[in-house]
Amino acid sequence: MSLAGTAPWESLRTIVGPGQITTDSEQLQGYRVSGKTPKAVVRPGSEQEVAEIVRFLAMERLTLVPIGARTKRAMHVPTAAFDVTVDMARLDRVVAYDPDDLTLSVEAGVPLSRLATVLAEHRQFLPLAVPFMNCSTVGGTIASGVDSPLRQFYGTARDYVLGMEFVTGDGRVVKSGGRVVKNVSGYDLHKLMIGSFGSLGVITKVNFRTFPMAASTGAFVAFFDSGQGAVGICHQIAQSPLRPLTLEILSPQAAELVLGDRAAGVESGSRLIDTPSAHWALLVSFAGSGGMVERYERDLRALAGRGVSVLLDENTTSAVLARIREFSPMALESSPRAVILRLSVLPSEIAQALDELALVADKQDLPWAAMARGVGVIYFALLPTAHDGGVRVRLGRALDDLFDAFRPRERSIAMAWCAEEFKEAMSPRKTTRNDLEQMRKIKHAFDPTGVFAPDPLGAWV
Amino acid sequence: MLHRPEDLLLYEYDGSVEVARPDCVVFPTSTAEVVEIVRLAARHHIPLVGRGAGTGLSGGALARQGGIVTSFARMNRILQIDVQNQRARVQPGVVNLDLSLAVRHAGLHFAPDPSSQKACTIGGNVSENSGGPHTLAYGVTTNHVLALKVVLPSGEVVDLGSAAVDPPGYDLTGVFVGSEGTFGLITEITVRLTRLPEAVKTLLAVYDLVDDATQTVAEITARGITPAACEMMDGWTIRAVEEYVHAGFPLDAAAVLLIDVDGLSEVVEAEAQAVAEVCQMHHARSVRLARDDAERDLLWKGRKNAFGAAGRVSPSYYTQDGVIPRTKLPATLRKIGEISRKYNLAIGNVFHAGDGNLHPIILFDERNQQQFHDAVSAADEIIEFCIAVGGSITGEHGVGMEKDRLMPLLFSEADLDLMKRVRSVFNPTGSLNPGKIFPTTKGCGEIYVRPQPARAVPS
Repeated sequence: MSLAGTAPWESLRTIVGPGQITTDSEQLQGYRVSGKTPKAVVRPGSEQEVAEIVRFLAMERLTLVPIGARTKRAMHVPTAAFDVTVDMARLDRVVAYDPDDLTLSVEAGVPLSRLATVLAEHRQFLPLAVPFMNCSTVGGTIASGVDSPLRQFYGTARDYVLGMEFVTGDGRVVKSGGRVVKNVSGYDLHKLMIGSFGSLGVITKVNFRTFPMAASTGAFVAFFDSGQGAVGICHQIAQSPLRPLTLEILSPQAAELVLGDRAAGVESGSRLIDTPSAHWALLVSFAGSGGMVERYERDLRALAGRGVSVLLDENTTSAVLARIREFSPMALESSPRAVILRLSVLPSEIAQALDELALVADKQDLPWAAMARGVGVIYFALLPTAHDGGVRVRLGRALDDLFDAFRPRERSIAMAWCAEEFKEAMSPRKTTRNDLEQMRKIKHAFDPTGVFAPDPLGAWV
Repeated sequence: MLHRPEDLLLYEYDGSVEVARPDCVVFPTSTAEVVEIVRLAARHHIPLVGRGAGTGLSGGALARQGGIVTSFARMNRILQIDVQNQRARVQPGVVNLDLSLAVRHAGLHFAPDPSSQKACTIGGNVSENSGGPHTLAYGVTTNHVLALKVVLPSGEVVDLGSAAVDPPGYDLTGVFVGSEGTFGLITEITVRLTRLPEAVKTLLAVYDLVDDATQTVAEITARGITPAACEMMDGWTIRAVEEYVHAGFPLDAAAVLLIDVDGLSEVVEAEAQAVAEVCQMHHARSVRLARDDAERDLLWKGRKNAFGAAGRVSPSYYTQDGVIPRTKLPATLRKIGEISRKYNLAIGNVFHAGDGNLHPIILFDERNQQQFHDAVSAADEIIEFCIAVGGSITGEHGVGMEKDRLMPLLFSEADLDLMKRVRSVFNPTGSLNPGKIFPTTKGCGEIYVRPQPARAVPS
C-alpha cells in the first residue's frame, strides 16, 4: 500500500522537495532495520532540512531512523517500530579541509572512500579502517562506533573527532567541540554521539583531526599452534618499545577466512600468504622503511622464536589489512546464520577469554572464528553451517552461556552483527553496570519526545 | 574541616586572577565520606565545589557562591598499578607527577604533563581535561582516562566506563572528563599508562624573527612530522626564564622553539635531522641538540617555569589560553603584538606551538585599577581574534568562572541549552560548582566586571 499523498508525507515532501521522498513499498524493503520497515524515506539536502524533518516528526509523534549507506543494517541495535528513514546521502560536502592544520570538516553523508581520495592528495588519511569501508559514510561509521585495527596506534574516533554538529530530538541544530586539535570549551557532547546509533541525534557534520600517511608500511605475520602462543607474543610486543600500527590475533579459522583463498568478496579471492593450516596468526604492522623494517624484523623474530614467520612487503601489508578490516562482513558472508559478538577484556585476559569462548562454541558444536585486537577487543563469530532448528537452539544456548560469562563489570559483551531472525529473538540481558539510569537520562536530554527509534540501551536491563 | 576566615584565605584563590571565598573546607578520606558530605550539602541546599591542588587557571575550584569546598588533598593514594595492562587506579588527590614517578621503574608514565605537574592532581586534570607540552603527540587527559567512580550531588555513587576498552553504552566517561566539576565529585580514576619512549632528542632552535619561528612550526606540521612536543617562547619570556633558571637561552633572541622527538632510536635520529633542516630552512640562527639528559632537563625546566619566571618580574600576570589553527600562528602573534602596544602592557608568549595552543602572559600591576581592566580587555581581544580565525576560547585551562561570559561567542543558545540539560542529568539542582561554564546573566552587550583581587583591596 502506498501512503503517498496522505498528510504527513505531504509535509515532508514540502520540506525536502518532490523527488526526495520515497513511499514505494518495494524500495522501502531496502531500508529494513531490525525487522522493521519504514513507511517513507526522506532525503534531506541540508542540515536545516534535517532539523525541519525532525521537528515535524516529533510534533506528529512519529519516529525516525537516520541512515547512511545502509551497510551496517546487520548490526544489532534494538529498534522500536518506526515511521521514517532519514537518508543522509545528499549531505555529502567536504565543508573544509586544511591539510596544513591537519583538520577536516565533512558532512555526514560523505563516503569514506571519497574522503580517502581527497586526503590522499595531501598524503593524509583518517585511521578509520572500518568494515564496509569502500561504501560506508562518515556519519554511519561514527554513529555505529565500529572500530579499526589501527586503534592500536591511533586510538578510536573519540580520540580524533574534534567536534560535531547534530540535530537533537527537538529539531535543533547543536554543535559541540570545534575544529582545532586542542579544545576544552564546553562539554564534549560529541563523545556521546559516537556509537549512539542515531538514538541521540542525527549527525550532520563531523570535524576530524587528520594524520600524515606513513612514508611506508610493513607487516610481520607469525604462526602459532596455540592461541596462548600468539597472545603471549602480543603481550611482549605491547611491553616493548615498539609502537606497531596494528596488533591482531587470528584464530585458525579466522586466518583461513581472512588470509586464505576462500576469502569472500575481496579482490580475486587469491591467497595472500601461505598460511600453515590449523595455526593461529599474529599480525603486526608498522610504519617506516629501511632501518625501521630491520628493527621490527629483528625484534619480532627474536620474540616469535622458532615458529613460522613472514615479513610482508608494502602491497601485501595493505591487502592483508584490508581483509582484517573486513573480518565481520566476510564472516557474515561465509555463513547466512552467523552471529558476531564483540567483547572487551583487559589485554592480560585475552587468552583466557579466547579459551572460554572456544569452550562454549565447541560444547554446542558450532564452528567459530575469532579475531582479537591487542587492546583487548575480541570479535567472536559463531558460524553455523546447517540451517535446521537445532542450530537455533544451540546458538541460543551458546549466547546464554557467553552473556553470563562476560557480564562482570571489567569485561563486556555485545551482539555486534547477526541475521535478522536472531535480532528479533534477542531479549535484553542483565547488566552489572550502575550507570544505566544516567544513560537513560542522557537519552531523554537529547531526545525528550522519543523521536529517534534506535535504542542501544534496550540491549540491557 | 577549616572554617576560620584566616584558614579559608588560601582557598579563595587558584592559579587564575579570580577570587571567591568558601564558607568552609572539608578533607574527606574516602568515597563514603564524600557521599556523606554531598548528602549533608543537599539537605541544607549548600553549594559544593571539589578542589585538587588549586593550580587551576580558570577559577574552576573556587566557591563562586560560597558553600563547602571539598578538598581531595587526603584522598591521594595510588590504589592499583597494573603494569601488564598499563593501567593505574588512583584517588583524585594523587599528584600528576607522583603517578609517573611511581610507574617509572616499569618503563611507564602518565602522559598528560601540565606545567604544574609537580603540584596539580589527577582529579583536577580529569575535571579540566588538562593538557601539557607533550599532548601534541600523546593527547590530552581525556585520551588517557578509562573509568571513573563519581559521587553525584544526589549522593549516588556511579561507576562510569571500565578498565577494559569500549565499555557498552554512551560514553559517559568521555563527557564527564572536562566537565569542570559541574557533574559530580570524582573519587576514583582509572587511567591508561604510556610506555616511555626508547629514545628522546630535544632540539633548541633560536630565531631572530618571531615569524621565522612560527613558520617553522607550520612547516613541521605540513611535512607530516609529529614531534612529541613543540613549544615556543618569545624574547621577553626567554629573558625572564633565563634570569630565573639559567638554562642557556640566548638573551638577544626574538624566539626559541623547544622541540622533542621521541620513539624508537632508528626513527628519532631521522626525525631530529628533518626537524633541524626545517628550522634552518626558516633562518634559525642556531639549532642545538641537547647532549644529554641533564641538558634536556634544564631546557625543559626553563619552559616549565616560564610562568614562575613571569611572577618574578611583574607584580601580577594574567595567562590566557586561546587556541588557533596552527597555520594562523604568524598572524596571531602579530596581532598579540598590536594588542600589547595598544594597551601599553608587556605580553610574553610561551605556548604549545605544535597544537596552536597560545599562552600569552599579560603583565600588569593589580594595584593599578586601570591596568587591571586593560589586562582583561587585552586578554579578551586576543580571545576574540582566536575565535575569528576559527579557534577556541580555551585549549586546556577550562572555562570556569573566567570565560563563562565568552561562551556565547562560540556557542549558540541551542548548544548551551543542551549542555545545561546534560549537566542536569548529573547535577539537576545545579548545587555542584555553581556559577561556572555558563554565562550567569542573560542578554548580550552586558559587561561583566570581574571581582578585584582581594590583595588589591585595603581591608
